[in-house]
Amino acid sequence: MKKLLENRNVTGWLMVSPLAAVLLVFLVMPIVLIVIVSFWRATEFSIIPAFEWDNYAFLFGSPVTYAVFLNTFKYAFITWAFTLIIGFTVAYYLAFHIRSLTWQVALFLLCTIPFWTSNIIRMISWIPFLGRNGIANSTMMSWGVIDEPVEWLLFSDFAVILAFVHLYTLFMVVPIFNTMMRIDKSLIEAARDAGANGAQLLWNVIIPLTKPGIMIGTIFVVTLVMGDFITVRFMSGSQSANVGRLISNDIALLQYPSASATAIVLLATVLITIGILLRFVDIRKEL
Amino acid sequence: MEPRPRSFYVLSAFFALFVLFLYGPTLTIGILSFQGEGGGLTFPMRGVSMYWFYDLFEQQAVGDIWGSFRRSIILGLMVMATTVVVSVMGGLAFRKKFAGSGILFYLIITALVIPSILVSLGVGLLFSQSGLNVHWSTSGFGAQLTWTLPFGLLIMFAVFNRFDKSFEEAARDLGASPWQTIRHVVLPIIAPSLIGVALFGFTLSYDEFARTLLTAGSYNTLPLEIYGMTTNVTSPVLYALGTLTTLFSLLIIGGFLALALLSNQRKARAGSDAGKGV
Repeated sequence: MKKLLENRNVTGWLMVSPLAAVLLVFLVMPIVLIVIVSFWRATEFSIIPAFEWDNYAFLFGSPVTYAVFLNTFKYAFITWAFTLIIGFTVAYYLAFHIRSLTWQVALFLLCTIPFWTSNIIRMISWIPFLGRNGIANSTMMSWGVIDEPVEWLLFSDFAVILAFVHLYTLFMVVPIFNTMMRIDKSLIEAARDAGANGAQLLWNVIIPLTKPGIMIGTIFVVTLVMGDFITVRFMSGSQSANVGRLISNDIALLQYPSASATAIVLLATVLITIGILLRFVDIRKEL
Repeated sequence: MEPRPRSFYVLSAFFALFVLFLYGPTLTIGILSFQGEGGGLTFPMRGVSMYWFYDLFEQQAVGDIWGSFRRSIILGLMVMATTVVVSVMGGLAFRKKFAGSGILFYLIITALVIPSILVSLGVGLLFSQSGLNVHWSTSGFGAQLTWTLPFGLLIMFAVFNRFDKSFEEAARDLGASPWQTIRHVVLPIIAPSLIGVALFGFTLSYDEFARTLLTAGSYNTLPLEIYGMTTNVTSPVLYALGTLTTLFSLLIIGGFLALALLSNQRKARAGSDAGKGV
């Protein structure tokens, strides 16, 4: 017994057994089941075990699928671009322009607190801004920029992207700030001494050293946007679709097999994207 | 101190705008929740009143707000406690390589990046196919753990990457058993970070929507209740509820941060002054 407990594999697995159990029951088994059900057949009222490729054939045969996947990538890419630019700038400001650690921590917390509040409330809170009689429209009208209310502010792709950027920029700020804080300040001084100007310093020293943080932020933002269904539904007023909405619509109609097939294709897409991104960064080293 | 470059002021303005962007909408609905009785979802304010807050406490026609609030708190505490314990054990285990640790690590990353609707759908299917009823405290609880555990573990990995092992060696040299080492040396040192893990565990559970959607069963949690309200409630009562839950979240966050600050101070006070030249 004592000898058994000295074996690092045994002690290791004893310690992670609760973790492994949770992941097995609530992650692995559900995924396996989704794979299985994706081959089943659905009637109007129930789902029947079967092994047929119909769900996938229908999915890949429908032009809607391609349009929706394209839309999903579009959301992911635009959101990524905005969150990266904003997140990098904010992290850069916090890491290199704020001089006292106390202020850095305080301002950093200011940026992260919204992450711990409800996403749904934060989406709802755009209504008074973007609505037809909302703040944005009335302000622009009083400035004379527009003559009558703009209709596309709320319930549009614009609103969807705005909400994504609002919700997920933090996921860029945090990892980028984390990597920036670990950059050896003497490297920056060395670059300055060697005659680099501000832009060169940013492009040739800071950005390359911040790449792991950028990659981790990218993974977060891309997966969150690609897997989303609620933001798109709420902010587009059900007028736009992404893959997540396709799945949730099928679920609402109790079409679990076709929802499962779509889910598997989505999962594969996300994992391939992550796989490509992970080639550029070793996550465990960056923590 | 060298003078600030001009870029500092430009970036300060950018940062201020970013903070305004983050908080502005929430503050707006905070103000609008005090809308007068005849007011609508946008400005102008038609008077100032507590009408919509009273409304929230009185009418229960829209659903069971207070019941869902209670359920969300209980579930949040369950998820929090589980996340802290499981993450610490996992963090300790991952300090040494063991057979299969690589696979487990990739599973954790998968849990983090998997679209939340898959967890919802999969766990829902798992329960219905095995003849079990979905319930917020079983299937909902497990589904939320797949989201909070990766965060807890990533924090623990970060903590143990910076952990000075010589403290443990010293404890062992003084004859401490493995359990004593953990109880009296490791845990006190990592305590402030555990408060962070607890904060993540509670708030992520309290606000979770997608993973609970198909796994909560017939009793809603608060985010599900609020989402249900968005489709059929078009009065500022929605803002009043939003303001209250946000205030509750802020209270929780403030509490955890104060606790973290206190425990850091305590650690600094109780810590050794060895090597500090005192």
